Amino acid sequence: MNWVDYLMAFLVGGLICLIAQILLDCFRLLPVHLVVLFVIVGSFLEILKIYDWLIKIGRAGALVPISSFGHSLTHAALLESEKIGYLGILTGVFDLTAGGIASAILFAFIIALVFKPKG
Amino acid sequence: MRKVGKQSIVFDNVYLKSSSAVVGPLEMQGPLAKYFDAHYDNLYCEKQNWEQAEMQLFTDALDIALVKGNLTPDEIDLIFAGDLNNQITVANYSLRDYSIPYVGVYGACSTSTLSLINGACLLDGGFGRYIMCATSSHNATSERQFRYPTEYGGQKPDSITFTVTGAGAGILTRQITDVRLTKATVGTVVDSGTTDSLDMGRSMAPAALQTLKAHLEDFQEDLNSFDLILTGDLSTYGAKTLKELAREFKIELGNNYHDCGMLVYDLDNQPVFAGGSGCACAAVVMYGYVVKQMLAGRLNKVLIIATGALLNPIMVAQKETIPGIAHAVVLERVK
Amino acid sequence: MEKQIYQKVLNNTKVKRPVVKNSLQAFLVGGIIALLGQALLDFYQLVVNLEEKVATSLMSITLVFLASLLTGLGIYDRIGQFAGAGSIIPITGFSNSMTSAALESKSEGIVLGIMTNMFKLAGAVIVAGIVSAFFSATLIYLFSR
Repeated sequence: MNWVDYLMAFLVGGLICLIAQILLDCFRLLPVHLVVLFVIVGSFLEILKIYDWLIKIGRAGALVPISSFGHSLTHAALLESEKIGYLGILTGVFDLTAGGIASAILFAFIIALVFKPKG
Repeated sequence: MRKVGKQSIVFDNVYLKSSSAVVGPLEMQGPLAKYFDAHYDNLYCEKQNWEQAEMQLFTDALDIALVKGNLTPDEIDLIFAGDLNNQITVANYSLRDYSIPYVGVYGACSTSTLSLINGACLLDGGFGRYIMCATSSHNATSERQFRYPTEYGGQKPDSITFTVTGAGAGILTRQITDVRLTKATVGTVVDSGTTDSLDMGRSMAPAALQTLKAHLEDFQEDLNSFDLILTGDLSTYGAKTLKELAREFKIELGNNYHDCGMLVYDLDNQPVFAGGSGCACAAVVMYGYVVKQMLAGRLNKVLIIATGALLNPIMVAQKETIPGIAHAVVLERVK
Repeated sequence: MEKQIYQKVLNNTKVKRPVVKNSLQAFLVGGIIALLGQALLDFYQLVVNLEEKVATSLMSITLVFLASLLTGLGIYDRIGQFAGAGSIIPITGFSNSMTSAALESKSEGIVLGIMTNMFKLAGAVIVAGIVSAFFSATLIYLFSR
């Protein structure tokens, strides 16, 4: 646990968001366009093995943005396909992200039951 | 009553018997607070959900206008009403408790003047003695229908307008009162050419201009004959755009021009982005501020051009350009 | 004729966005959320002694929970207004989009409201993720043959 990790996390995480904000404002995109774009980019960067490198240098800075979601989906799909063949791409795609998605559904449900929107 | 020019109407005997303006918390913290009849300190208006809250505002507006006019619901011959919700739900559901013959109208944020024009025509044509015109809007119901869930963390740009939470109602009569509805101009649908639903104020500017131009031409009227010219909810950027558009047609909008969306809130200190919008924006400023100022003798002749963006989320997603419309009425103090 | 004048004026009066201010704010908040993520990652790996894959999952789950809670408390939308992409891009944005959609539809009940509307905003992300993962993985799979 050293401070360089934290500095790099801050820089990489911040930079990814900065690029997103520039796209948001300069191209007048909607938030949903942005997240879709970044998920796809995260997935495609796996082809060039770039995202693994980004995670190595940025640690959480590359794991926290939604682009890592695209990366994880692709990564999991590949891992499973190495085990059982091409079908593994479909059967294993959610392996790494299952926790994030399941918890998002669960917590969204609970919070929606407990709280009321404030406007 | 007769048609004047291309789009306008002159009325013979239409007067405002009473009016009401009910608002939510943010509006009550704004500069026009003292002109409103009632308010709620909470967006829920003591109800369980947003739609019920807007219905509460709507029925309050009706009830207060009736009380101020010393009338019961049975004495109202007809009501013209509408709101922003799909199928003008709030007006429909609110009127379940009133047995008043009802004509629902939709003009987006121009519903306030749209309903007045319809009411005035019917009244001047000889129908009944008292006709009511009402509309409402609520920040949460319109956010959730047109944009995003209210707790969504998306960033809103500065150009966005803020839907006014409130309701306004007016009762028209042929008997002489202090405030008279003399003229009106019915708007045409004007294509803004813009597709950005986050920039609505500006997308209604062409429609406002078209109606203003038509009114001035139809009546051979001079801009300066009005104490006040108000647009409904163009807000900061829309009002600026309107002034520039008007200039292209040799119309100089001067100090007597304001916008309801910029009057109803304190733009510097309230988190309302470019200013107010929604059916209630023009309604509460007109029925609250304008009418009260007229009764106090401080305003004599006011042109109110309520503006509406006739958009729909599906059409916006289909990249269609946003159509706008603006309906104008002239209120005059009876001397 | 008039339409051209409208177009001309509307194009000239486009509202400018404070790109620099927004970008710096996005950078700041995005960075802070990443810092929080790093702290959680270290905590789970070094203190709770979980292996990397599990710690990463748990970090995501923790951030998802925090964003969900802040959404319910009515705080996340204010952070979002300041942060822009800084709160949309991290996984917290995903959680917020689901929780806010579910919360807003509460008035329509549990089944027709909360359950039906939960993926209104987040659906796009999941579809995009799966479809692009499928194509990317297929490409890599074919090239490795």
